[in-house]
Amino acid sequence: MTIQFNDETFYGDFTFKNSDWAIKRFPFPFHEDSYMYSVNMEPHKSYRPGSVFERTFDVDEHYVSEMKDRARVLANDPLRCQSLPHMTLAGWDLVELIMEAKAAEYPDLFELHKDGNRWRWINKPLGIDDTFTFLDESTLPYGPMEYITRQTQGDFAVLDQRDDNLWMDAGMVTTQADWSLDFDIGMNFFEWHAPVPKAHEMGIFVRALKFLLNIQQGQPARRLNWTMTVNPLLDTSPENYHKWGVMKQGLAMENIGEKQHLRVELQTFFRLPRSNALVFPIRCYLISFNDLVTVPKWARRLHRVIRDLPEELATYKGFIDNRPLMVEWLSQFDDGTPTSDGIWPDDD
Amino acid sequence: MSAGTAKLNVTVAEVKPINDLVTRFKFVRTGGGDLPTFSGGAHTVVEMQDGDITRLNAYSLMSNPADRGAYTISVRRDDQGRGGSKFMHSKVKEGMEMVISNPVNLFSLDLRAKKHLMLAGGIGITPFMAQMHQLSMMGGNFELHYSVRTASLGTYAKELAERYPGKVHIYHDDQKEAIDLKTLLANQPLGTHIYVCGPKGMINWVHSTAEDMGWPREAVHSEEFLAPASGKPFEVKCAVSNKVVQVGEHQSLLEALEAAGIDAPYLCRGGACGQCETNVIGYDGKFLHYDHWLTDEQKAGGKHIMPCVSRFEGKTLVLDR
Repeated sequence: MTIQFNDETFYGDFTFKNSDWAIKRFPFPFHEDSYMYSVNMEPHKSYRPGSVFERTFDVDEHYVSEMKDRARVLANDPLRCQSLPHMTLAGWDLVELIMEAKAAEYPDLFELHKDGNRWRWINKPLGIDDTFTFLDESTLPYGPMEYITRQTQGDFAVLDQRDDNLWMDAGMVTTQADWSLDFDIGMNFFEWHAPVPKAHEMGIFVRALKFLLNIQQGQPARRLNWTMTVNPLLDTSPENYHKWGVMKQGLAMENIGEKQHLRVELQTFFRLPRSNALVFPIRCYLISFNDLVTVPKWARRLHRVIRDLPEELATYKGFIDNRPLMVEWLSQFDDGTPTSDGIWPDDD
Repeated sequence: MSAGTAKLNVTVAEVKPINDLVTRFKFVRTGGGDLPTFSGGAHTVVEMQDGDITRLNAYSLMSNPADRGAYTISVRRDDQGRGGSKFMHSKVKEGMEMVISNPVNLFSLDLRAKKHLMLAGGIGITPFMAQMHQLSMMGGNFELHYSVRTASLGTYAKELAERYPGKVHIYHDDQKEAIDLKTLLANQPLGTHIYVCGPKGMINWVHSTAEDMGWPREAVHSEEFLAPASGKPFEVKCAVSNKVVQVGEHQSLLEALEAAGIDAPYLCRGGACGQCETNVIGYDGKFLHYDHWLTDEQKAGGKHIMPCVSRFEGKTLVLDR
């Protein structure tokens, strides 16, 4: 498989777009016509060739442009990448995990050659060919976590595990749905989830933490999460809210199909072997409403989910003001026909 | 997926008696290839096919975590035990194929520590051996205080003292040597973390002494795997699978569920990790809670049981399994 990488932007003129291939493999997050929180975890096993669930770390047509966008965000705000001193070993674990997986699963794009601790890493799409000593920071241009996550799509939260809790002690966060690593750094699992409505009363976080603490080597897990974003912005950070928050105000029936995007996060969880830390990659996929409604089942279902979503959730996800407009626009594509179970298009 | 599976197929590469009680076993991947890296303090669960019985025992990995060629464990023979260690000592031979779990770490180092103070008793030395390998590779600051019955039963004491000169202190019970814990703890630099692995009495002693001296709870780490206690046979009804299961005198509730083909999760099988926690739907009788997981209120509440180590006496017990 050879991927044709797009040359596109996620800010300014917003030239981001999905090809037909990318639309067809989009991870639509709703398996039924309604939505409520759940600890919807499943094993992160290879599933459905061609889908975003096939590989350990999915690489798609947006790879090269997303990495350019990350470098741009980091240049403006270096605090998007932080690693407390005790997390360096976890960074090396992540280097090994990503390099081994990508070299094995995308041999035409990535190569890893090991001679003991002397490693040569070739990243063809980004034109990188580096030789370094594993576990020796002085041989890389950045710290190990920063080095590899500048070359991997998605945000990364690296969580230390101690005292029966998880601690946000390192991360690379430039494509986030309105949360801040600089604010959350050093917090534990309950502290960084404090703003989420309803889920605490439902006992979701106690159960989720217990599940995460028990994630074992060789048994990664995954789930999908979602929100809404106006314009294909990867960086919807609190630090830059003054730049993107105003964009939510310009929607109308004429432009919502083009501007409004469903934002889906493929969240995965891996135990890191040397550090016993947990890495939590959060990969963001964007799709415009115009592209989404080309799949009739998704169009009908999204209309029903958004229409019936509890008010607190629409508020927390930041689209309560635009919900009536979304529902009105989406209703054009919902003739009331029943939808089949599961997230996949019907024509499969 | 490049990630491995939950289980590892291994071949016994070496069986080496260390002293009268302890034997060391070395495992390599069956058919060759690397084993997963692990972190110091991790254990593996070894599956033993002992006639009709499948025994699953957790043993700490003691080899260098960076060495992916082989894992080693050390097993102390327990003649009063239920048979796992006797099986390892008498039945396991070089060349035998076995199944073990991926490494699981419930006793990991706190990598923020400025210094790691390790306190070992008897066979409790094994997790520290891997941790010391890891720390010496990373240039970490550590010190081991190791209590043994006699010099001849001091498993690995001599080689550790040679490998880490100045960092290893051995105490012989038969020579009336004992760790002067209060003095030791009083003289540690700020940012020290304490780790203890050994008999229950030693673990409790370290926790209570440290607490009395004002050490933060988070700076004291321990690992104790309980062996499931034997007890009177009992019967359990499993509501989800709609089965009635008999638990034998020398069998744990978890083992009985597994033998009946009922899906029951586990990790440590020693009452520590919480993975096998099971909801109680109804009961008429008395719980014998032996685990470290449930709180005292939960134990009194009669709504939860840890089937890996805990038992029941009475008329009926109905579980959500």
